[in-house]
Amino acid sequence: MKPFWRHDKFRAALRSPSLMLGVVIVVFWVVCAIFGARLAPMDPYADNLLATLSPPSAAHWFGTDQLGRDIFSRVIVGARDILTAGLMATLLGTVLGTALGLALGYIGGVFDSVVSRIIEALQALPLVIVALMALAAVGTSNLTVILVIGFVFTPLIARTVRSAVREEAALDYVAASHLRGDRALSVMIVEILPNVMPLVLVEMTVRLGFAIFFVASLSFLGFGIQPPSADWGLAIAENYSLIGSYWWTVIFDAAATASLVIGFNLAAEGVQGLFEQ
Amino acid sequence: MIGILARKLPLALITLLVLSLVVFFGGQLLPGDVGRSVLGPLADAGAVAAFNHSVGVDRPVITQYLDWIGHFVVGDMGTSYTFQAPVAPLVLSALGNSLKLAGLAFAMIVPLGILGGVVAALNVGRWADRTILVVGQSLGVVPEFISSIVLILVFGVWLRWLPMSADWPEGAGALTQIYYLILPALPLVIIFFGYMARVTRTGMVEALDADYTRTAVLKGLSWPTVLRRHVLRNALVSPITVSASLVGYLAGGLVVVETLFHYRGIGSVIYTAARQKDFPMLEAGVLLIGALYTVAAIVGDLLIAALNPRLRAEVSA
Repeated sequence: MKPFWRHDKFRAALRSPSLMLGVVIVVFWVVCAIFGARLAPMDPYADNLLATLSPPSAAHWFGTDQLGRDIFSRVIVGARDILTAGLMATLLGTVLGTALGLALGYIGGVFDSVVSRIIEALQALPLVIVALMALAAVGTSNLTVILVIGFVFTPLIARTVRSAVREEAALDYVAASHLRGDRALSVMIVEILPNVMPLVLVEMTVRLGFAIFFVASLSFLGFGIQPPSADWGLAIAENYSLIGSYWWTVIFDAAATASLVIGFNLAAEGVQGLFEQ
Repeated sequence: MIGILARKLPLALITLLVLSLVVFFGGQLLPGDVGRSVLGPLADAGAVAAFNHSVGVDRPVITQYLDWIGHFVVGDMGTSYTFQAPVAPLVLSALGNSLKLAGLAFAMIVPLGILGGVVAALNVGRWADRTILVVGQSLGVVPEFISSIVLILVFGVWLRWLPMSADWPEGAGALTQIYYLILPALPLVIIFFGYMARVTRTGMVEALDADYTRTAVLKGLSWPTVLRRHVLRNALVSPITVSASLVGYLAGGLVVVETLFHYRGIGSVIYTAARQKDFPMLEAGVLLIGALYTVAAIVGDLLIAALNPRLRAEVSA
């Protein structure tokens, strides 16, 4: 087996500028998320009531907010919560969605038609609205946001996995497995799952970008990540009323959010392209 | 046409039924103790029980559902917890406001998206094509509140061209209202431009490659005529049908945009109801959005059939 850096797909990835740009942006923010507290020049949570709302300067590159906190430091550590929540929600949705999709595609019949119809009906509702309703009902916390986005993603991922599983289930190797007398669960997990795994991974990279989108939007609406986090969406919601005079309190958080979602999207698009070749 | 309706309507009704069950589950079962959830952890048990009894959530689940949906379909959407007034007029007037905003956004998305797609398709593989695709795709993944912030800063704060919030003066005419709605509509345009352009581009590329286009060119028609009569007519089927399905997706963006621009539409009603745990209001708003999407999907199917007779059989299948 060739080492991964000599693999054709890895080499193709290096030649795709948009994929590389996406990866660089994502890696940058992941580093900020992990080492943020050590990279930030100042304490992102420390008030300084003598220097509130000061514009960008040599001392405070991105200026300070209403409490005099250093915005540059807050933008750096702000990457952590949104990335954690987005990743956890995507993982949850992928695991549940893959399990449901395997079951739907493999078992089929009435079970498949009933659940598929429910999934279709759910698509009539925009995700933000489903999430708002669920969060209003169960109450908002950093954990419920992850759970709600994960559950909302489950049927979407299940739908993609289901159609792939249906194709696989008709192939000879699955029939062979049946003839060997394998149990249904082992056919699904040992035989079919590895063959739909590339698709699951592509779906996951695409979903990750969406998850970040939703976490950011929900945080901005007050239903996502909760204070005192330095989260970007939260910061924009807190400072939005000051936009007329103190543009620096929102623009850097906005730019950070935009770069993160675009980075994920470029990376996901590139990964998708590699698998389709 | 009738055949398509006859096949699609029952499916739509099933969708609506499932949807109503989901909304009911979210609004009346998921909160567990509705009274506790509305009144908060400090309210005493007697008050919670009295609240639950007064809004009827202490009855059996089946009775609650049938009562709710039975009244809903005849236009009685219940009583708002917050306003102590019927939900229907509040929600419907908000829906009217949202349709204005969505309509304006739509009037910009469709021509701009189609134009972008046509320009991209005529330059396949060249820089104009790649720029439109990458920029459209990237703008489409940026959350609406981020693009709103940037637009407000540029057009509201720095250039001072457009008002920063959507509440126009009392008694403003249609043109003034449009003027106030341009800024709130732009984030919606930005998020769907890329999608529209991409769909148009795909349709165009296919049509440009088709035999009928080659025939038209070879029989000596001028290029503009070929474009107008043969290419565009075939290429525009998919963007037009896609625009019908956008109606539903627009609603998600409306929640953020209407909240941000202080516009009393269905999105901000849903947001406020969610904040205040006004479940009857929330249920009505969400179910209306779902119904709207379902209707738009049927309209989309009918449009495909009207525009392209060859697809009629496929749509009704």
